[in-house]
Amino acid sequence: MQRNLFTYIWRHSRPEQIVILGLVVLAQVFYFLSLTVPKAVINDGIQGNAFKDSKTIPFLVFEFDLSAILPGKVIRIFDGFQVDQLGYLVTMSFVFLGAVIVNGLFKKTINTQKGRMGERMLRRLRYELYERILRFPPAHFRKVKQAELATMIKDEVEPLGGFIGDAFVQPMFLGGQALTAILFIMLQNWLLGIVVIVLLGVQMAIVPRLRRPVLVLGRQRQITARQLAGRIAETADGVHEIHIHGAANYERADIAERLGRIFKIRFDLYQKKFVAKFWNNILSQATPFAIYLVGGYFAITGQMDVGAVVGVLLAYKDLPSPIKELLDWDQQRQDVQIKYEQVIDQFQPEGMMPETLQALPDGPPPPLGRELALAGITVSEDGRVKQLDSVSMVLPTCSKLAVIGGSSSGKDVLGQVLARLTMPSAGSIKIDGNDFFQLPEYVLGSRTAYIGQETYLFPLSVRDNLLFGLKNRPVAPATYDDALKDEREAFWKESVRAGNPALDPNADWIDYELAGATGPADLLPCMVDVLKQVELDEDIYALGLRGTIDQAARPDLTERILKARHAMHGRLQDPSYAGLVETFTADRYNRNLSVAENILFGTPLGKDFAGDNIAVDPYMQSVLRATGIDLDLQRVGLTIAETMVELFSGLSPDNPLFEQYSFISADELPNVRLLLQRLGGKGIDAVPEADRPRLMTLPFRYIEARHRLGLIDAAMEERLLAARHAFASGLPESLRGAVEFYDFERYNSAATLQDNILFGRLVYGQAQGEQRIGTLTSEVLNKLGLHNSVIEVGLEYNVGVGGKRLTATQRQKLGIARALIKRPQLMIVNEAVASFDGRTQDRIRDNILATAKKDDRGIVWIASRPAQAEPFEQIVVMQGGRIAAHGAPSDLAAKGGLYAELMASA
Amino acid sequence: MNLNEEVELLKGVPILAKIEPAKLKLLAFTSERMNFVEGQEICHQGDPGDAMYVILGGVADVLIDTPAGQIQVSEMNKNDFFGEIAILCDVPRTATIKAREPLNTLKISKDTFYRMVGEFPQMAIEIMRELAHRVEDTNKKLREATANNKAA
Repeated sequence: MQRNLFTYIWRHSRPEQIVILGLVVLAQVFYFLSLTVPKAVINDGIQGNAFKDSKTIPFLVFEFDLSAILPGKVIRIFDGFQVDQLGYLVTMSFVFLGAVIVNGLFKKTINTQKGRMGERMLRRLRYELYERILRFPPAHFRKVKQAELATMIKDEVEPLGGFIGDAFVQPMFLGGQALTAILFIMLQNWLLGIVVIVLLGVQMAIVPRLRRPVLVLGRQRQITARQLAGRIAETADGVHEIHIHGAANYERADIAERLGRIFKIRFDLYQKKFVAKFWNNILSQATPFAIYLVGGYFAITGQMDVGAVVGVLLAYKDLPSPIKELLDWDQQRQDVQIKYEQVIDQFQPEGMMPETLQALPDGPPPPLGRELALAGITVSEDGRVKQLDSVSMVLPTCSKLAVIGGSSSGKDVLGQVLARLTMPSAGSIKIDGNDFFQLPEYVLGSRTAYIGQETYLFPLSVRDNLLFGLKNRPVAPATYDDALKDEREAFWKESVRAGNPALDPNADWIDYELAGATGPADLLPCMVDVLKQVELDEDIYALGLRGTIDQAARPDLTERILKARHAMHGRLQDPSYAGLVETFTADRYNRNLSVAENILFGTPLGKDFAGDNIAVDPYMQSVLRATGIDLDLQRVGLTIAETMVELFSGLSPDNPLFEQYSFISADELPNVRLLLQRLGGKGIDAVPEADRPRLMTLPFRYIEARHRLGLIDAAMEERLLAARHAFASGLPESLRGAVEFYDFERYNSAATLQDNILFGRLVYGQAQGEQRIGTLTSEVLNKLGLHNSVIEVGLEYNVGVGGKRLTATQRQKLGIARALIKRPQLMIVNEAVASFDGRTQDRIRDNILATAKKDDRGIVWIASRPAQAEPFEQIVVMQGGRIAAHGAPSDLAAKGGLYAELMASA
Repeated sequence: MNLNEEVELLKGVPILAKIEPAKLKLLAFTSERMNFVEGQEICHQGDPGDAMYVILGGVADVLIDTPAGQIQVSEMNKNDFFGEIAILCDVPRTATIKAREPLNTLKISKDTFYRMVGEFPQMAIEIMRELAHRVEDTNKKLREATANNKAA
């Protein structure tokens, strides 16, 4: 990237800058017109100067005056219209209006053009910076803070966009204006002109000098603000450590210190800025001072007439504003130049990956090659401590190799080198004779896989994370209808203009072939297969049962889920399942549902009936009044409130029992207690209107089978059922979309898959009920071939930021599955299973090894425990960054030594 | 059976007998009702324990593994409770409890129990008193047994 911002801007926006410059020059013509026309309107139109000799004058005469070449020769093409004074006034007024409009249009066009050019350049700059992040050497990320990178791309380059439009046009335009004024002064009196020029020269020399400290401080301000952003992000990342170690106040001290430093810089900045302003004002007033003094002297001594002095003063009147703006522009220029340098310096670390390594492939990836040859690989950060020390070996890409060694043996670094995550400081790796480090990333990405001890997941669905490694290139373009297609074409054209690639994230990027599928249709079995290999399929299945399916999107699937519901209810008739599930029945109260769910008898969509909103919804209240149970429900609310106050009063507010069991939060409990005291046992009629909504929310959350307060008796059940029917039959049109009712013959898109299959609730307090129904559900789904479909729904589960909605084990398993689905020719497993329990480690290793053997693919298994190495064909034993032994397990065992020692210790 | 009836039953449980009814009610409310069908195991000898149970209704067999196989050593009825040793001192279950007929229990989890005890030290004292009585009881039996042995 160019270090000079101007070179950068000029290089990427030359044609646009020239067009804008042309427009600016052209605009001057109309600007001039809008200034001269008023003169004609006043002189000729109103005062009638041109009509002194005749009633009418010709208008719009079109002639070429060639008298300069041929004396008296005038070629008249059009004689013009004859207009009288009033007609002339009207016409010229409209000409003035027209000139104003055209002038305005020019301004608008120029500003739009400038804006677009600026935004385009900003887009280009941001893209280039981001693109560079992707090519940073991996080690560089140990030095930079992610928040700082984000601040730079997001905030720090932002002012550049505004400046780019003015970068060339402004100085030319203002300079032109200033030059005209100076020229005019020179024509009046050259001596005075020289005085003015000298004073301007002084001003131009001194003011920027005064502003320099301001710029230096500005640079410091930028850096400190960036570091502040980094620190804040660190606080968020390390918040657990801060709490665990009680270091909050130390962190406070650090931030206060930084803010203090920023304050000092900013305050200094103000001071320096106003000092600069002060001198700027003084200097700009020095010129009139000189004109008065010198011009006055000339006038008194008679070397210049008074009119010329006034003329010079008037001409000078036009000079300060362009000069001032020029100086401002210059300051802005220096400011953005510094910002630009500050930013791009951070984006050119040593050892950037060449662009060619990340070029977009134009077809399927070629095979990896047959053999990796490592020669003298040394890894050392400071040149002294060697993490790897002259490691040489030949590694066929289909080998099944385990690497064992102590914790600082360098085995993990070897894994990182093979994945190109760590660059060796000496030595070479050749793949079939070619430099391994020149292999394009997409070949490496699709033909090899690497899993480290930690897996990063993107905050997308499980599916998107699982397929992440298959997305090396757009395989099939997205299909758009005609209207959208034009829009997309225009979008890409603009992208190219701003130096961005015209790649479509909506295209199908999934390389099905790599996963062993032929297309979207048969990808699911491949996904399920790898999930099984890492024992994650049951977890995803469980997530699927908690997920939802939109009936409109998957009518076929919902149809089959309905079949499963029927089958399930057939099986539930078996006496051994009696009393485990209470089904949703329209004319029976369900004691395992809350009162709210019982009245609603469906799933809320949107906010109207969700959560506590249902208690205060006007329609719900009208239903309750109409069925006459509103007071009774409030009475139930009062009883619940009394019970909660009785039960939880003595408890400290932070006791987890509150959150888990109380209907009333710890903060609210004192208020409720106060309310009850005021009531003094007088019953529901004495409750003030304002407190009723609060009481009303309580019974809605009440589940008879779970809370067992004995509040819903048979009579109450009947009345709640009546409310349920009244609610459904009177539901106004506007609320139709707010609830999806339970109906045994229809799929409920808002409810979970589990609810849809079970169409009922597990009965509280039945020992083993959940497991038995879970097994039954699984059986029914398997029989209908729906097991994978449920996994498919589970794959849509969003894993959250950094995958935090999955457990650490699930994250790691998903990471391994993501590597496995690529069917990599060579897979490097770098202590990736260490976080699992011993038996799971072995099972997953065996699964991976078995598929690798079947397809003759290679594995480098860097073992966290030496015993894991047992089933591999070859074993490398490492010690102190060197290979201590290498061979088949039996040979190594025969030799004894370190291998035997490690094996014995396992 | 609703909460108040459960509280009445809890009053009959020796280690909980002297605790005020309001606290027992909270204990009952925060505990889970758990029903077992005939033949189902409530807990298995040797498994780690995470809850104690109070029988609200039904009969359960107490079984102990011996080299000769499982033998029944006693039975439990309404108002009986078991599992308190496992949650108090983290030892595996000392016996298997199996429902002889449909069994209705209140399951007091270890977490709930400890939270209650942490919140109301009086409860801890009552439980200590009860356990001390038991130790005294056992000592007495031991003394008698030793005396009998010597006499014999």
